[in-house]
Amino acid sequence: MLGYIARRTAQMAVLFLVFLTLTFLLLTALPGDTVKQRFATNPNIPPEAAQLAIERLGLDKPLWEQYTSYMWNFFRGDFGFSFIQYPRPVSDIILERLPRTLVLFLTVVVSYYILGFVAGKFIAWRRGRRGEHALTIGSVFLYTVFYPWFALMLIWFFAFYADVVPINKFLDPQEWVDAPFSSNHVFMVIFAFILIGGGAALAFWILSRRIRDPVRRRRIVWMGLALLGIGAVWFWYGSTFGSARRLYAGDIAHHMILPVATITLISFAGIMLLTRSSMLETMREDFILTARAKGLSEKIVRDRHAARTALLPVTTSLVIAVATVIDGGIITETVYSWPGMGELLFTSVVEQDLNLAIAAFSFVGVMAMVGHLVVDILYMFLDPRIRVAGE
Amino acid sequence: MIAVPDRNVSGEIFVQSGSRWRIRANLLWAGLTNNWNLFRTNRIGIIGLSIIMCFGLLALIHPVLISGLGWYSAAGLFLLCWPVVAWSVFPILGRHRHDRKVSLPVTIGLSGAVVAAIGIWLGGAWDVGTYHPVVGNEANPPTQVRTVVNEVTAPATQMSLREALLYPNPDGTPLLPGDVVEVREQPTGPYGRHWLGTDPLGRDILSQLMKGAQGAFLLGMVAAVVTVLFATAVGSVAAYLGGWVDAFFMRLADLLLMLPGLAIFIVMSSVFRFELWHLAILIGLLSGFGGVAIVLKSQALAVKVKPFIEAARVAGGSTTRVIAVHVVPNVMPLSLLYMMFTVTAAIQTEAILSFLGLLNIDMSWGLMIELARNQGYFLTGMRFWWLVFPAGLCVSLLAAAFFLVGRAMDEVINPRLRQR
Repeated sequence: MLGYIARRTAQMAVLFLVFLTLTFLLLTALPGDTVKQRFATNPNIPPEAAQLAIERLGLDKPLWEQYTSYMWNFFRGDFGFSFIQYPRPVSDIILERLPRTLVLFLTVVVSYYILGFVAGKFIAWRRGRRGEHALTIGSVFLYTVFYPWFALMLIWFFAFYADVVPINKFLDPQEWVDAPFSSNHVFMVIFAFILIGGGAALAFWILSRRIRDPVRRRRIVWMGLALLGIGAVWFWYGSTFGSARRLYAGDIAHHMILPVATITLISFAGIMLLTRSSMLETMREDFILTARAKGLSEKIVRDRHAARTALLPVTTSLVIAVATVIDGGIITETVYSWPGMGELLFTSVVEQDLNLAIAAFSFVGVMAMVGHLVVDILYMFLDPRIRVAGE
Repeated sequence: MIAVPDRNVSGEIFVQSGSRWRIRANLLWAGLTNNWNLFRTNRIGIIGLSIIMCFGLLALIHPVLISGLGWYSAAGLFLLCWPVVAWSVFPILGRHRHDRKVSLPVTIGLSGAVVAAIGIWLGGAWDVGTYHPVVGNEANPPTQVRTVVNEVTAPATQMSLREALLYPNPDGTPLLPGDVVEVREQPTGPYGRHWLGTDPLGRDILSQLMKGAQGAFLLGMVAAVVTVLFATAVGSVAAYLGGWVDAFFMRLADLLLMLPGLAIFIVMSSVFRFELWHLAILIGLLSGFGGVAIVLKSQALAVKVKPFIEAARVAGGSTTRVIAVHVVPNVMPLSLLYMMFTVTAAIQTEAILSFLGLLNIDMSWGLMIELARNQGYFLTGMRFWWLVFPAGLCVSLLAAAFFLVGRAMDEVINPRLRQR
């Protein structure tokens, strides 16, 4: 099992090297790239200065030497300076932006996966009854709707017409004028809160699966959820650390509602359609008939027999969905001006800030690959066949 | 002379004779008819197909409206009209659906007449200066009578005091509440000359939609064809040869599948100036070497172990011939299915990129939305609906239509999914 994980990690590392090489070749080695346009062949720069720039940037060196120094610098964490925000190193900007995207990404992946799976399970189970057609048409609409347009319509409805959430950006400057904390600090607190809370909930859920007696399990699950809730309330209202940051964290959370809801709505439709067809195929199998004939309750047949089997292809599709969610994140961040990695990638490309663009693109790639690795490991836990073959 | 017995849908066996090509053509026709009859029973697929045809009509009629009936728009319109005319003529004139003696010349003549009528009726109906989607401009927008009030409750007939500062009296004094102004403003709502209104620059929205439909179809078709070409080739070759060819292409597909496509396009647009067809070919390559190749390879693997491949090899068929004549045709139906899904993805990617302003094109649905957003018409809600809704709905509807057709084709091709 560990061997399988190690092998996948090694494969990902090799893939990442290939990806980085391709990025380098695409952006740096092609003729007419931005750096040369900006410094070397720019007619407004005197020839001596251009020569100096070429030498300092190492553009006169052979390609493989540029490549090795690029790779070496990349893995030391040195991505150069940003052109637009000049004296700031790129790594600094990335470190500031990355958590904001990760929070969005993690929340969305968890919520849309659970939502899509549960909804797909229900509409497959209720096939042919009322509501199924409406749900299917709705999910096809969500699956194919023009994303930025949908996001703008949501802004119009919820932020402008109903006025329940802020329009965009990720904080309200007026509330932060004399704030004793930096926004990044508060954001890291939220990030840690979500990670710890989610991890605790996950661990608790896995542990509770071991209890056989359904009544006792339900009671314990509810108790655990209540405990988690009490812990959360205590953290934000009881402890001095949390209550000092509550107002600011609340502001950020308030700004987060709409982006998270948008990506979730868009991405969950795909999972739901897939779960539906996968469930429909499973429900024709003989063991479902057997389970029913044994006299098991519908709920147990649905959740334990059908849904467990139908989960596998859905998890496979999660591999593809990671890329979709990142794409969705880029659009969402751009439309909502959420200052994360996607928005960074877009603005750096538009403003021709090459160092920043490469670094942002590589980090998006890293995010995708780590996401895949996690999905692979998750899949291994779900599917005994892989686990056995890996041992 | 060979005779091949075949069975059509209604179950009657007919014997065909003639040259080999004729037999092949007949078999192809029989297969198409059979699949079409299966497809026809799927109501959602038919809805998708009719939406696609409506958009096709929009795209094809635009050059007719602007400059009259040219040969290409005539051919396109004819191809579009023919199935529709045939569909409505068969039940009316022909007693039997396969009664070609009656219906073929009739349908061809009728649809030709319809195309000619469209050409005569609509040819050159739109003045280029007014209706051109990019540089056109409505010189005489209708006057709107609006009253100056303190509190605007109905924006269509009222005007705030601040806005009234733009329209002072002839002597320079500002207007007061209760005064009535006649204004000629550019985003005008739908009226006789412009059925969907005009945008802030005075261009006709309907004309822009039609131009956008042309681009979307062009892009979708090119992307789909490129995808199918490369995915079929890569999938069949990788499955048939195996070994390092297989490993290389599958790892490449993994990498492409894993990376977020939009990020790639955004970064590439910093290096290249994207035209529409560049983008189409790139989307085609990305999905052709990526996800679609994996699916087609698994299908080709299933074909590879069939006895007829063995037979072809024993009979002395070369690798190229076995792949081209025996593997590829059996993978084709599935690749046609993925063609539909590629079109959906391509239309959306194009719209998103042109919405972000990264494409070097002059008119598309994404650009229309970007204009409406940049100028702040989105937050006015329903008042400027003709700027907000048509373009967004067009992208969503066309993408959804191809998706629905793809799903319906999926049910034709995968018998497991059919509802029993």
